[in-house]
Parts: sequence; C-alpha cells; structure tokens
Amino acid sequence: MLNTLVKPAQPNMYRYDEFDAQFVGERVNQFAGQVARRLSGELTEDQFKPLRLMNGLYLQLHAYMLRIAVPYGTLSSKQMRKLAHIARTYDKNFGHFTTRTNLQFNWIKLVDVPKILRELADVEMHCIQTSGNCVRNITADQFAGATDEEIEDPRPLAEILRQWSSLHPEFVFLARKFKIAVGATEKDRAALQWHDMAVQIVRNSEGRVGYKVMAGGGMGRTPYIAHVMSEFVEREDILAYLEAVLRVYNQDSRRDNIHKQRIKILINAIGPEEMRRRVQREFEELKRMGTLQLPQEELDRITAYFAAPKFETGLSDTIPDAGADFANWVKTNVHKHKASGYAIATITLKTPGQVPGDATAEQMETIADLMDQFSLGEVRVTHEQNLVLPHVRKKDLPAIYAKLKELDFASPNAGLITDIIACPGLDYCDLANARSIPIAQKLAKRFENLDRQHQIGELKIKISGCINACGHHHAGHIGILGVDKKGVEFYQLVLGGSGAEDASVGTIMGPGFGEHEIADAVERVVNVYLAERKTGERFLDTYRRIGMEKFKAAAYQEAVAA
Amino acid sequence: MTKLIKSGAYAQDVFAPVADDAALPEGAVIVSLARFQKDREALLARNTPIGVRLQSSENPESLGADVNHFSLIALEFPKFRDGRAFSWARILRTRLGFTGEIRAVGDFLYDQVNYQHRVGFDAWEVPDHFTIEMFNRALSEMTNVYQPSSDGKKTIRELRAGR
Amino acid sequence: MLTANRLRDGDVLYRKGSGWVPMLADGDIYSDQAGADAALAAANAELVRNEFVAPYLFEVREVSGKIVPVKEREIIRAAGPTVHPHTGKQAGQF
Repeated sequence: MLNTLVKPAQPNMYRYDEFDAQFVGERVNQFAGQVARRLSGELTEDQFKPLRLMNGLYLQLHAYMLRIAVPYGTLSSKQMRKLAHIARTYDKNFGHFTTRTNLQFNWIKLVDVPKILRELADVEMHCIQTSGNCVRNITADQFAGATDEEIEDPRPLAEILRQWSSLHPEFVFLARKFKIAVGATEKDRAALQWHDMAVQIVRNSEGRVGYKVMAGGGMGRTPYIAHVMSEFVEREDILAYLEAVLRVYNQDSRRDNIHKQRIKILINAIGPEEMRRRVQREFEELKRMGTLQLPQEELDRITAYFAAPKFETGLSDTIPDAGADFANWVKTNVHKHKASGYAIATITLKTPGQVPGDATAEQMETIADLMDQFSLGEVRVTHEQNLVLPHVRKKDLPAIYAKLKELDFASPNAGLITDIIACPGLDYCDLANARSIPIAQKLAKRFENLDRQHQIGELKIKISGCINACGHHHAGHIGILGVDKKGVEFYQLVLGGSGAEDASVGTIMGPGFGEHEIADAVERVVNVYLAERKTGERFLDTYRRIGMEKFKAAAYQEAVAA
Repeated sequence: MTKLIKSGAYAQDVFAPVADDAALPEGAVIVSLARFQKDREALLARNTPIGVRLQSSENPESLGADVNHFSLIALEFPKFRDGRAFSWARILRTRLGFTGEIRAVGDFLYDQVNYQHRVGFDAWEVPDHFTIEMFNRALSEMTNVYQPSSDGKKTIRELRAGR
Repeated sequence: MLTANRLRDGDVLYRKGSGWVPMLADGDIYSDQAGADAALAAANAELVRNEFVAPYLFEVREVSGKIVPVKEREIIRAAGPTVHPHTGKQAGQF
C-alpha cells in the first residue's frame, strides 16, 4: 500500500442520484431475468445475443468477455478499486483498457454477470449499451477539465448525452453500433472525426458557445472521415439535433448487408448534402415539438458536478529536478495544466514487452492509491489505451514517477513509437484473423531504445487483428492489419492515417508480411522516414509530403527507381 | 397461433387480413401498402374501418394525407433486429398525428415491448404463450426513463425538477 | 473435430461421443465428412438442452504423433492466449 493514511478522495464528477441508482439497479434485475430465461431455454441464443450485447457481454474465443462502461473515460479511485476487485474475484486478475476508454474482462462466466453488475452498480458503474446495435459509450478528451485549451469541459454534455441515449426506446435496435465522441479543443485527442457522430464545442462569430456536429466517420471494413452536419447548433437544440441524426440513420440505413449498415455508408451513399437536408427536416420538427429542448439550468446543473477542484495556490510552477530518467518521462508524459503549479500526467500502459492497455488487479489498486494521494481521486482512460492523472501538483511528479517505476508503468513513451495501440486480436477475440498483441510487443522491444524513440519522434502505430479495426489501424501513422492467408497470419502495412484533428485514412501499402518479417518491414519504413525527413517533420508529415513509393520499396526491399 | 393484446388486455382482432390479389370482403379489413395504393378509392369509400400493414422498409409518410383514414396501422418486424418500426411509430404519433391503433406484428421479443409501448405502439400480435401478466411485467421492469417519447411519460429530469 | 462453448461459463468444449470434454486431445476426430456432419447435426439438435452454444466443425491434422488444428485460431482456442501463458487450458485451467 502506498500510504494507508490517505483518505480516498472523491473527484468532481457526475454522482448518481436516486433515479440513476434505481435505473441501473432495475437494469441489472432485468438482465438477471434475461440470463435466467436463457439458461432455462425460454430465450434461444439468437434471441438472447442482442440482449446480452446491450449489457456488454460477448462470447469470445476462450470465454465470455464483459465490457464495462467508463463514461467519457472518467474513473474515481473507488471505482478503480472495484474494478480491481472484480478482476480478482471473477476473472484472472487483470483487465484491459480499450480504444473506447472502456474496461474489458476476458474470462467472465455468464452465471456471474448479474452479481458483477450489482457490484458495479454499488460504485455507480454499469455495462449498459457497451455493445449491441445502439448508442455506445460516449467518449471525450482525456484532458477535459484540466487543459487550458478547451472552450469548456466537454464532459457535462457527454453526461447529458449518456442519459439521453440510455435505453432510448427509438434507438435500441439500430442497424449497427453508433459511437459518439465529444470534444472542446482544436487539438483532437478523442478522434472525433472517426466517430459515427461527434460534437465539438465551438464559439461562433458572435462569441456564443454552441456545437459543431459531425457524422459518418467510422473504421471497419470501409473507413470514412466524418462530414459536418451543422457548423453551429445552439446549446438548447443539441438533443433535438442529435435525435434527428439518429432518426434519419435508423429509418434510412440498409438492413440487408451487415457490412453496409453503419451511418458512414448511408452518408456516403446519399451524400452529405442530402443527409443534412434530411436531418434538418427532422430537427425542425423535433425542435418545434419542444420536448427535447435542453434548458440552460439543466446544463448548469450537470456542469456543477464537474466543477474545477479547489486547486492550491502559491505552488511552485517549476517541475523539480529528479534525475535523467525522470526528465525523460516528463518530456513525453507530462502536459500543461490550466492551474499554476499543476500538471497533467500520462501513465502509459505500454512498457515495451507488456500487453498494451492491460493492468493487473494490484496495479489497478496502486493506481487508485496514486489517484487519491496525487490526483484528487481521479483518473482518465484514453482511447490510446493509457491512463491520465488529470490534476497533479508539479512538486509531486517525482514521487508519482517513482511509484510508476515500481508498477512498471513508467515508460517515458507517450506518443512515441512504442506507445502502440493494439486490439486483443486472435489471442482473445472471436472475430480476429491474426494476433496483434505479440506484434505490438515485438515492435515495442525492437524500438525500445529511448534515444532512438526520441530521434524518431511522434509516430503512432496502431494494430488491428482483423478488418473490424478495433485497433484503429486506419488511423495509424503506421497501421498494421492482421489478415489470414491460407491459415497463416500475415500483416499488412497501412501508412498515413491520423486520428487527430488532421484526420486521414491510411493507405494500404501492399501484400502482407509474415509474423517474423513485420518488425523488419516497419523498421525499414521508419528508416526511410529518418533519411527523407525535413526539419520539424513527423513521420506523418514526411509521408504526406513524399507519398508511399519509397516506403513501399524499402519495406519490400525492392530496388528504388532511379 | 397468435393473440391480440390491446390496451393491456386480450382483444378480438376485428380486421380481416386481405391478400393483395384477393377480393375485399365486407367489414373491417387490413391490406398491404401496395394494395392500398392500388385500390385507394375503393378502400376510402368504405364505411367500415380500414387498416394497413407496413413492411419495415415502408415509411408511413407514404400514406400521405390519408393516414388518419386508417383505424389501424400494423408495423411489421420482419426480424426482431430490424428496429425501423420504432421510428415509424414515433413519426406516426408526432409528425403525422395518427391517433388510431398502432400494432406490432411479426418477430419481436418480450424485451422490446416496453420500447414499443414508449414510442407509440398500443397493440401487439403475440404468440399464444404470451400472457397479459408477461405484458404488464415487460412494461414495469424499468420504472423511470431519461428521454421523452410518445407515451408522454415524465422523464427523470422532470421528476428531479418536481421533487 | 467439433467444438462449442459451455453456456454457463463460456468454456471451450470438444465433442466426445455424445458428450463434451475440455481438452482437444481427448475429443473425437471424425475421419470423413459424413461422420463430421452427423456429429454437428446431433449437436445442433441438442441446443435445446441449453448447455452449450455455437457448435462448429474444424480441421485437425497429425504432426509428430500429436493432433493439431490446422488453423491458428483453433490452436489458440484449444490452448489459451499466447500472450498470457499462465492462463487457460495450457496452464491447466479448465
């Protein structure tokens, strides 16, 4: 234990009232009833599947997988400890943080799920709509409430959207999943443009705050970047507007081919102009009806839950000197905080050789201690499978770093080449064609030399074990897609994707590389970048300037055209 | 075999389904959209109730100004996963101002009945084993709701304000 | 061979006779398509027992005297995740 005298801190975040608690409790009872009906045979597997998916339960390669919602990536220390307890009691002592900022357990028993859900409800957590053809977990910038870059904290709106979308009767049987993200900064840390729908908090020319709404982004078999649906929606209209988008999607999407049923396909088919027209028509009527109007008092009421903590004043705004290793960690893993004397600290769950995004029960508990002692009881989960301590005092950074070293989570690599996103892949997932985690481990070890990592600079590698793209390979500077070629795992390279505000879809290089070739191929690609880059260019910039040819030639070790 | 549940009780189905190529009998009938579009004049001229059964791909807006001539609109669930009818029911109750019976037919689950009820369905064609007790239980599993819908149920936000 | 998951806990099962065993090495091998199809049909008919779900056939071959699945996916499914060798059937957990 870090310090047994530290009281658990309660962060400023949404707290359930009696209505929320009753809602989650009744949902648990409902699912318990559905489990009983499945076990008795009253429900067939075909009938039960959408019901269990809407409670986050998948049947995977080895066992059931349970996906727990972490709304807009925010967790309290109490919740983190409960997750550790569940890992220990019902699973094999570890969990995995996902690219939608949720937490997954891989070895769950169906018969234990009602009990697990009750335990989660005790700490205001649930698995509602973390899977299924419905609105999924709403994600947001992991620096929300801590960065000075934001117009306002996006999480109050995310919470309002969470409630509005929970068991929304019109939208629980959509054509496919529907992922929503909320942002409030120019710099996009939540991959907004890759979502089915995204809301960016903006200021118009009159200085009024409102919402830019985008729709039609998505990964998967056919990747798309979202289109703007409206440059500016007034605050009070946002629920009516989003409901309009969802209604058009629900009524007009195809239902005949599961690979063509996301909203990105609809918008691509009818064109963004026509989509905007259809949305506008529904929106005007919904607005006229008035029932979805979002009053300022409600926005204020929810915002109050997320009020900025009482930051200490008079703190030193200098990061202490604590040695070279610590300084390296600060370089990549510490970001500017809006309050003087404070910083935002990223815990990369990416120590070379580790399974990206995994944490054991013990690690979770120690992180909970860190949260209480150093971050006002709060942590954020990022879509890059890392954690963030949002409010740390600069003077505490050395102590935090020392504890992270003990945890083996002190790798100074946030945003560098070894900060790799990888889906669970064929080791765990029923849908996968190839393993992704061992490739991530291999690459992280190959590039682990820190000087070399800094020489390379920002380079986001993202690995998916199949075309469903849960590893976001389409948005990787270097993306890797695992494929099955006659029963053997092969890995295709995809270059030039981005999940940031400069969103772009990566380009497939060509035929795949074998498991034992892929690390060499990536290294050759990186070496081309190092040889070709101009001052200040990241890998992504060099690729965008010079194109695929030289990278491809090097990867396949062909002679470069004169 | 199926039963009809309407307004929370078993009911007699007075609407005779008529195949697209069959003659129209006396009395209340329910036809497909295609049949209605073909025999619109004749059907509207009758002084017995008419109903239309819409497939999940058929937007009720295609009924146009005729919508309130119908006493019954049956919305089909070809497969329970096809959730388009939830939007059709909403549109019927709001934009189109339909006040007649909206009936759920086809393949749907007990677990969908509550959502159907919320968006404006008020009748269900259910398999024989589906009891009134089950129907009432389906509607009572979740006491409160977060979002407004056709059932006019107070939302949690409204309940909070009313405390 | 024929595999499925136990409904209650999701455990991977292999068909043996008219029952199921946890380890691939103990499962029945069907040497022709007819036998395999019959086994799958029998399993599908038993789904109403609500004991297991999603039965399907997969190919195996003999390698150095051992029965090994042809596909990587089935090798991993039979043993456990390659990245957590201390978990799953490979670690004696079944």
